Amino acid sequence: MTQASPSITLQINGQPCTVAADATLLQAIRSAGLQVPTLCHLDGLTPVGACRLCLVDLEGHPKLEPACVTTAAEGMVVHTHTPELESYRRMAVELFFAEGNHVCAFCVANGACELQDVAVEVGMDHSRFPYQYPKRHVDASHALFGLDHHRCILCTRCVRMCDEIEGAHVWDVGYRGSACSIIAGLDQPWGEVEACTSCGKCVDACPTGALFRKQDATAEKQPHPERAQQLAEARTDRRWHNQ
Amino acid sequence: MTTPQVQPPKLRFATVWLAGCSGCHMSFLDLDEWLFELAAAVEIVYSPVASDIKVFPEGVDLCLVEGAVANADNLALALQLRARSKLVVSFGDCAVSANVPGLRNLWAGVAGGSRQSVLERGYVELADRGAQHPHAPGIVPELLERVLPLHEVIAVDYFLPGCPPSAERIREFLEDLLRGERPQQQGAEQLRFG
Ligand code: SF4
Ligand code: SF4
Ligand code: SF4
Ligand code: FES
Repeated sequence: MTQASPSITLQINGQPCTVAADATLLQAIRSAGLQVPTLCHLDGLTPVGACRLCLVDLEGHPKLEPACVTTAAEGMVVHTHTPELESYRRMAVELFFAEGNHVCAFCVANGACELQDVAVEVGMDHSRFPYQYPKRHVDASHALFGLDHHRCILCTRCVRMCDEIEGAHVWDVGYRGSACSIIAGLDQPWGEVEACTSCGKCVDACPTGALFRKQDATAEKQPHPERAQQLAEARTDRRWHNQ
Repeated sequence: MTTPQVQPPKLRFATVWLAGCSGCHMSFLDLDEWLFELAAAVEIVYSPVASDIKVFPEGVDLCLVEGAVANADNLALALQLRARSKLVVSFGDCAVSANVPGLRNLWAGVAGGSRQSVLERGYVELADRGAQHPHAPGIVPELLERVLPLHEVIAVDYFLPGCPPSAERIREFLEDLLRGERPQQQGAEQLRFG
C-alpha cells in the first residue's frame, strides 16, 4: 500500500494549483496568487463560513460553497469570479450595509474598515436594499473598550479570538433572526464580566467599527487582524513574531 | 462675408442641495482652478454655489444632487429635477444612503415617529428657553416621516459616494462624463464610503 500523497492538484480559474491535502479552498486560492473577498475569516482562528463572501463555484457541484470552510480536493475545478458569484457578493455586501446602522462618516473605523474594503472590492456604489435602521445600543460599560452594536456584522471574529486565543470566552452569539447580537458573559454589560482580561484582542480582530478603544474618535481605529495568526503560530509552532 | 463659427451647445449643468450639510458642495468648490475648466466646458444653470437662479430650469443635461430627501421641499425639488434633467447623480453619502440626516429614522418605530421625536429633541428638550415646535406653514417645510436616499424617490443614473467625495473623485468623475465616457468608478479612490 502506498502512502497517501501529501499534496493534491486542482484547477482555479483555469490555473493548475498544488496544495497540501488538508488545505482549504481559500488557502489554495491565495497560494495561486488569486483572491476572494472575506469578512468572517481571520487567519489564526477556526473558520466558520458565516459571511458567505468567499463563495466559489465548483464545476459539477450543485451548489456554491464557501472557500474558507471547504477542503480542497484532487481534480476540483474552481471558479472564483463568475458573473453569478459577483452579483451574489455585491448583494451580500449591500445587505450588510442595509442590515445595520453603518454611517461611515463618523465611525471609529472609517478608512480602516474591512466592510468598507469589501464594498470597494465588489464595486458597491449604493445599496439597492432599503436600510433597516434596527434599534441597537452601544455597550460602553467596559473601562477601556466599547461595543457599538450598530456597526456589528456578526462575523464572530471577536467570539473566536477571545475563546481560542485569549481563552477567556467572554463573547457569545445571543438571540435569533434580526434580533441576533453579540453578547458578553451571560448577556451582561461587558464591564461586569469578570472573565474579561482587558487584553483587547477582540478589538484587534473586529473588522468594523463595532469594537473600539475608548480613546479612539472618528477614523482613529487601528485594527490589528494579524495578531490572531501571530499568536496562534507562537503557540503551536513556538514561532515568535520577533524571532 | 464671414460665416459665424457654430459652437456646439454647452452641456447644461446643475447642482442641487437637499438635506445635506453642504460639505459635498464645499468639496466641489475645492476643485479650485479646475472650476475654470469646468466653467469653460459647461453652462451652470442652477447651483447654490455658482448661480442665482431660484427655479430649477428645464433642459438640464447633468445634475449633481447633494443630500437626502428629508422634507416636503426636498421631495418636490427631487421630482422636479428628475423631470427636467437627462442625467442625475447622487452626490455624496447623504444622497446615496441618507447617511447622517437618515439617523432620525432610528426613531421611526417609537411613539410619535421620527419626525415628532427629532423636533421634540431639537426644539423642546434641548432648548434653554422659549421651547416650542417650529410651525410656519408655507415657510418652514414639513419633515417627511422617513429620510430617504435619493434613489428611493427618483431614478438615479450615477452614484458618487463619499462624505464628502473628495475634489479629486469629483473631478475624475466629471472628466469622464464630459468626455462622453461612462465614469470608471473603481477602487477606493472612487468608491469608498465615508
Ligand atoms: S463599521 Fe463603520 S466604517 Fe465600517 S462600514 Fe460600518 S459604519 Fe462604515
Ligand atoms: S463585534 Fe466586531 S468582531 Fe465581533 S461579531 Fe461584531 S463585527 Fe464581528
Ligand atoms: S455626504 Fe457628508 S459632506 Fe456631503 S452633505 Fe452629507 S454629511 Fe455633508
Ligand atoms: S470568509 Fe468564508 S464565509 Fe466568510
